[in-house]
Amino acid sequence: MAILETIGLAKRFGGIVAAADVTLAIDKGARHALIGPNGAGKTTVINLLSGVLKPTAGRILLEGRDITALDPHQRVRLGMARTFQINALFLDLTPLEAIALAVSERLGFGIDCWRLVGRKGAVADEAAEIVERFHLGDVMHERTAILPYGKQRLLEIALAFACRPRVLLLDEPAAGVPEAERHELLATIAALPADVTVLLIEHDMDLVFSFADRISVLVNGALFVDGAPDAVARDPRVKAVYLGEELDA
Amino acid sequence: MTPLAADVAQRLKRRARWSGFEIAFWIVAFASIWLLPQKHLILTETAILALFALSLDLILGYAGIISLGQAAFFGTAGYFAGLAAKYGLINEPVLALLCSGLVAAALGFVTSFLVLRGSDLTRLMVTLGVSLMLGELANRYSNITGGADGLQGVTVAPILGLFQFDMFGHTGYVYCLIVLFVCFLIARRLVYSPFGLSLRAIKGNALRCGAVGIPVNARLVAIYTLAAGFAGMAGALLTQTTAFCSLDVLSLERSADLLLVLIIGGTGYLYGGLIGAVIYKFMQDWIATLTPQYWQFWIGLLLVVIVLIGRDRMAAWHEAARAALARLFTRAIGWRRGPALGGAGPDRS
Amino acid sequence: MLTILFDGTAYGMLLFVLACGLSVTLGLMNFINLAHGAFAMAGGYCTVVLVNRIGVPFALGLPLAFLVTALLGGLFERTLYVHVYARPHLDQVLFTIGLVFMSVAATDYVMGSSQQFVRIPEALAGQFNVFGIGMGKYRLLIIVVCGVLTLALQFILAKTRFGSRLRAAVDDQRVARGLGINVGAVFGITFAVGSGLAGLGGALGAEILGLDPTFPLKYMIYFLIVVTVGGTSSITGPFLASILLGIGDVAGKYYVPSLGAFVIYAIMIVVLILRPQGLFARGAAR
Ligand SMILES: Nc1ncnc2c1ncn2[C@@H]1O[C@H](COP(=O)(O)OP(=O)(O)OP(=O)(O)O)[C@@H](O)[C@H]1O
Ligand SMILES: [Mg+2]
Repeated sequence: MAILETIGLAKRFGGIVAAADVTLAIDKGARHALIGPNGAGKTTVINLLSGVLKPTAGRILLEGRDITALDPHQRVRLGMARTFQINALFLDLTPLEAIALAVSERLGFGIDCWRLVGRKGAVADEAAEIVERFHLGDVMHERTAILPYGKQRLLEIALAFACRPRVLLLDEPAAGVPEAERHELLATIAALPADVTVLLIEHDMDLVFSFADRISVLVNGALFVDGAPDAVARDPRVKAVYLGEELDA
Repeated sequence: MTPLAADVAQRLKRRARWSGFEIAFWIVAFASIWLLPQKHLILTETAILALFALSLDLILGYAGIISLGQAAFFGTAGYFAGLAAKYGLINEPVLALLCSGLVAAALGFVTSFLVLRGSDLTRLMVTLGVSLMLGELANRYSNITGGADGLQGVTVAPILGLFQFDMFGHTGYVYCLIVLFVCFLIARRLVYSPFGLSLRAIKGNALRCGAVGIPVNARLVAIYTLAAGFAGMAGALLTQTTAFCSLDVLSLERSADLLLVLIIGGTGYLYGGLIGAVIYKFMQDWIATLTPQYWQFWIGLLLVVIVLIGRDRMAAWHEAARAALARLFTRAIGWRRGPALGGAGPDRS
Repeated sequence: MLTILFDGTAYGMLLFVLACGLSVTLGLMNFINLAHGAFAMAGGYCTVVLVNRIGVPFALGLPLAFLVTALLGGLFERTLYVHVYARPHLDQVLFTIGLVFMSVAATDYVMGSSQQFVRIPEALAGQFNVFGIGMGKYRLLIIVVCGVLTLALQFILAKTRFGSRLRAAVDDQRVARGLGINVGAVFGITFAVGSGLAGLGGALGAEILGLDPTFPLKYMIYFLIVVTVGGTSSITGPFLASILLGIGDVAGKYYVPSLGAFVIYAIMIVVLILRPQGLFARGAAR
């Protein structure tokens, strides 16, 4: 049963076709990976799904409901959250403040302009839990701007997670993280609750194959191959695309 | 509750604790009622300017909206208060003040939709454009506003029917200070609330705000409206305390000066506007005794110098100065309350 | 009616010459220079001093106004503006407003607060009558001079090496640096020329726009309208915007004089709401 579906999703930037007729179904509880060479349109798909971009054509269904016309924040409230390939954090807030913000927004306290942020016990409890889950305890009172990059990437996911999504879209969560901090990050991703559906974009094939139970390959904005990991791994066309890219590089 | 959760709850609340500096600030402010009676006229202007700057701080320092048109709300409400008093529509000043604030807030609500989109420059142009349009209107309908001569014949009734405005400005000062304090308390509650936190987040990264479920536009409309209301109350106070209102309440210079006031004091910690207003007014008073005509030159020079020094460096100085003051204060009254100063620092962006 | 069109065009072309430097600064360095009008004023006063007091011929006064303000602009750019380019927009606004205030007060101090007039040669007074349309000779001169300048600018931007460097720098600074273009120098020269043009515009326009110390404040919004409405991706946009603004303003003041500039502001706001990138910006890129 698909929790998230796209039907003929397309996006053009002037002459550039960044996504073309993407029809994709992501099953409930899946660990779904979206891979493809640089510039294939993976981030564009995430931007379309999360509402940052409006599609040129096509529809998006979340749990059977058409969300194509909704604003980003409305999609979050319906249970879909995302992370950003390039950090999009609140540099002047501490991780704790940022997480508490996301939690209190989800619990509907966002329009409360009279009580203090920490007054609701529920917010503090949940923020603490998320801080712990994402190993941010030792830096939670620092300004985000001065955190090590690995911690910032953790916070990226923590913020999305704080929205309690049923569908979580991760855009290259481990990109650029130094080896020393990488393990912590991967372990955290692996430990995400099983009932959260995850769509993962990643270039690191080891991570993709150890994590995903289904893989879609995107090339030049179009869906190229879609299937189980071993089937995709064996597909000669996928090999050709990736070998071609490696030769280019 | 786990120890971590307790720590978290503790820390989240601690930001909002009143620091030694804040308490000292307000004690001094209210003490000036008795200690500086001969300065009440300029202090009245200062309190009004402080409220006006507070309104700008809410949108600029917290929500990150650059505006060069805050005078639109100040002036509209100023005229409203003047006309209401002149024609006896609303006689009681406090009620008139609230109504003026509402009028300005309504104008803020309507125009807020114009600043939701676009770059800093478009926002600048749109806010400036709105205030200039209102200026043209006020000039055009000089039969109502008095045009270049200003609105004459405003008589303001006693406050609550009890306290008559006097020519030394004693009543006016107490009145303005109380209004400022109440508005400040409201603003302070607001910025430490979840709503206030979301504003700081919007200023930091509006894109991400959408992605954590914050309706960015609705929040901006709300704060812009409230700030307009505060600016309007400041304008109404000016009309009520001077029994006069002229076209310059809507002028570009008023908005530009306001920006300077806030910058002198620092943005994003609420006291910037208040401290800036005090420094600005007393500097103006002092320079005016030296070279009255060329006051504008020194203002300009100050702006240039502040930018060249760098606002973040200024913010650091401010913070150090406040910490020193607070230490002095706590020592003076022999009372310790731990490191509660954190959280009330000006932002460094 | 046609006279309005004529006067409006003259006024618009003048605005373009005044504001085109600003448009390039904004497009090139994403820098908001509210003090642009101060350079125009400097050009105006420079001509007043040269022509009225020293007795330099008017025809020589104009190029001198250009030169002096260009030097002034270059000087300011190298000493002051360079420190502020990388700063947030708020800092740029504060900084340049500060410069405006200083220039207003300083001019008042040196030249007095009264309106100044440039002594114009007799030959330029009066009107031609063509098909019953009264065309002021001086306005005709403005149209000719500004028209020539516009064509020259267009040529420089499109055809010369400097022009292509400038366009490369506008499109993508980093790439331009990578190609070995000295972006700082390009910008310094552009800034100086832009200021010089503003100065020339100020000198030419003293007759029509009036010249007193509050000039930079009074016309700031007009320059900004030209660049925001016109967009900064080409000089055609600001040019068209200037002409529209000129005609609109003259017509507005003629038909609904009591509303003053209300109409202009209203149109600007509507345009900015509908097209935040400017009326004539190409596509939605950038
Ligand atoms: N806002 C935009 N305007 C114009 N073109 C864009 C925009 N965003 C993306 N593109 C183009 O769309 C194409 C797809 O880009 P996208 O970022 O989606 O690729 P990607 O698969 O995420 O690549 P990577 O692996 O490098 O992250 C690229 O050619 C890119 O240049
Ligand atoms: Mg990408």
